[in-house]
Amino acid sequence: MSRQTSPTAFAALLRRDFLLAYRRRAELLQPLLFLLVVTTLFPLGVGPSPQLLANIAPGVIWIAALLATVLSLDSLFRSDYEDGTLEQMILSGQPLALIALARTVAHWLVAGLPIVLLSPLLALWMNLPAEGMSILIKSLIIGTPVLSLIGAIGGALTVSLKRGGQLLSLLVFPLYVPLLILATNAVSSSVAGLPYTGQLGLMVAGLIGSLTLAPFATAAALKLSLS
Amino acid sequence: MNRLYLFFHKTGSPPWFYKYSGYLIPWLWAGFLLLTAIGLYLGLLVAPADYQQGESVRIMYLHVPAAWMSMMIYGLMAIWGFIALVWRIRIMEVLIISSAPIGAAFTLIALVSGSLWGRPTWGTYWVWDARLTSELVLLFLYFGVIALYNSFDEPRKAARAASLLSIVGAINLPIIHFSVLWWNTLHQGSSIGTSGNSIHPSMLWPLLYMAVAFKLYYGANLLSRARLRLLTQDHRKRWVQDLLTKESS
Repeated sequence: MSRQTSPTAFAALLRRDFLLAYRRRAELLQPLLFLLVVTTLFPLGVGPSPQLLANIAPGVIWIAALLATVLSLDSLFRSDYEDGTLEQMILSGQPLALIALARTVAHWLVAGLPIVLLSPLLALWMNLPAEGMSILIKSLIIGTPVLSLIGAIGGALTVSLKRGGQLLSLLVFPLYVPLLILATNAVSSSVAGLPYTGQLGLMVAGLIGSLTLAPFATAAALKLSLS
Repeated sequence: MNRLYLFFHKTGSPPWFYKYSGYLIPWLWAGFLLLTAIGLYLGLLVAPADYQQGESVRIMYLHVPAAWMSMMIYGLMAIWGFIALVWRIRIMEVLIISSAPIGAAFTLIALVSGSLWGRPTWGTYWVWDARLTSELVLLFLYFGVIALYNSFDEPRKAARAASLLSIVGAINLPIIHFSVLWWNTLHQGSSIGTSGNSIHPSMLWPLLYMAVAFKLYYGANLLSRARLRLLTQDHRKRWVQDLLTKESS
């Protein structure tokens, strides 16, 4: 076995994950369709009044993003766990936190980034005022990686369980609370003409914090699931 | 062997733990009963009614210590989880999962008593106030730990998963608390702090008695649960067999 340097391993993992994602593109589409359908249900449920929709828009879009992320998290490590790839990754001698980070980055790129790209459409549907649009997109760009990073811990903890999906949502939703509060508040503040940089700054702090800590927790959870 | 090492090794061994926790439990129960009696007497009969809240202020003597316990137990679970993950001490794994239901119960007591108090004081059972919300999120965190533990078949693996989750949760708990605090606040500010108390001694003392009583209750309940769990997990092991033959003879 030739020892590869960590950056090479990271790139190789990313490449592999993209290839796998590309070959299962129909599966990747499901959380996004879910996002669209859930968002459509809100106007139908609460009524089409533009003012009401504009008020709840940041919350609805963010909650739909949370749900869609959790939906895609269950499969984050599952197939690798079932076919033994995960064991080989651990045996590869590369730091497990790095492997976990690569998986998480790939997850964000195929599941988080599309949410960001879809958000203008959702904002339009929910009648979000134009001032809020750019902040919504910014908050999603900062926030969705945090969803993937924290969610990966939950995904790794539940990977060896047969019915991990429902448990996963119970585990990670409470951890998403601060992010949801900050993001929706930033968007609402910008619509109301209030300053919002503080909220975005705290979200960036959350992103940096989870970027540095979460991969280690994910690695520990993976090791535990395989023991 | 180094003395500290020996201490860890001994405390970490189930028979030793079983034996000495057995001595401790009656004292903890006795202390709990005594302090609860004093605390309830002082709180319900001696302490004056509040000039704004009336008699309903007496719920505080149950509510505040329970809320303190709910947070303290989660913090302790994270500490034990850390020890369990790093040093693989089995007693700690047993302690963490025995703590979770007690902590969840205290959280529930704090929530229910708080909402009963809120009805006459704020005019509603439930508001999305910062502390109520973070207490509710804490309850979900407890449920998460319990549910995760119960999903695994193998107890040691389950305990390690629960440990990891409680550490992650404990790191997040202050963040959740402050974000929710910043989000919405209706709850009273703390009356007791390091910078001085804004509460009269006649109301402070029953509160403190109750707080210590709850801690003793936690200790007694925790040790009893941990002993039962150890017995069930080790029921085929030698020390449990010996114990059973000794008790039955």
